[in-house]
Amino acid sequence: MQCDDVAVLLPEIVDGDAVADRRVQRHVESCLRCQAELVQYRKLLKALHQLRTQVLEPAPGLLTDILAGLEAAGERRAVRSLLSGRTAAYAGGIAATAAAGAVGALLLAHRARERRLALAS
Amino acid sequence: MPTEVTGLVTAAKAGDRAAFDELVKVTYAETYTLALRLTNNEEDARDVVQEAYLRAYRGLKKFRGDAQFSTWLYRITANCAATQMGRTIRHRHEDLDDQTQLFDERPEADPEGRADNALLRDRVTSALGHLPPRLRAVVVLRDVYDLPHEEIAQELGITEAAAKVRLHRARKQLRERLFPMRGEEEARAV
Repeated sequence: MQCDDVAVLLPEIVDGDAVADRRVQRHVESCLRCQAELVQYRKLLKALHQLRTQVLEPAPGLLTDILAGLEAAGERRAVRSLLSGRTAAYAGGIAATAAAGAVGALLLAHRARERRLALAS
Repeated sequence: MPTEVTGLVTAAKAGDRAAFDELVKVTYAETYTLALRLTNNEEDARDVVQEAYLRAYRGLKKFRGDAQFSTWLYRITANCAATQMGRTIRHRHEDLDDQTQLFDERPEADPEGRADNALLRDRVTSALGHLPPRLRAVVVLRDVYDLPHEEIAQELGITEAAAKVRLHRARKQLRERLFPMRGEEEARAV
């Protein structure tokens, strides 16, 4: 096994994402160059992980902008909710009126039929 | 702090807007840090953070609490950054190109051989800025923020295999830039 073959595997095996097979392990154990490269990858991962604790200072005004955006979104949501509530109320009103009309028409038809029957008898 | 955040999340989920505002105040600097690391551009990072909090606000009821709130927010931020990076056509040079003049990344730039953590951090940040955005996103989310491959793939809209390939390439490029082996420096100089 050559260094070039091992080198392509080092970025994956450095954190255990991939498991090195016996041949790779044996090569690394006996090859100073690959050992050095593996150490460099470990240093890299450690340095990257340490970035996690660093918090960068946001530019001034960002918090205000975020909160203003949320406020605007909240207001839009409230308006949508109000509009959808009104729409439901209008629809309900129309449905109730239509139902009342239908009941009225049925009653009138029933009374007219009764009157016709009474006249016939 | 986790208890504080947990309490705020519970209150915000119940509809308490002030609690959500407080959550923003507690977390926005960290969210901005991630956004800046992903986009490498302050203006884009600001847009990403604002969009991330809007999405978080709209989707808060879906947050089940089986993950940490910060991790959930990281995922949203990563997703917003992926969208933003896809949207932004970068004719401009990325900002950190300018910073490369501030931080010499070559190891010999530290003649005493005693590079402290702050200098190394700056070198790593600068090197991240040199990566192509799609490689940078994966290595930041995996190696800095410790997100699993599966979640990274999901938020970036790629397969898990593609995420692993990008991670592999990103680590290789970073290692070559920050800790070049003999022969690699000469190759880069040419």
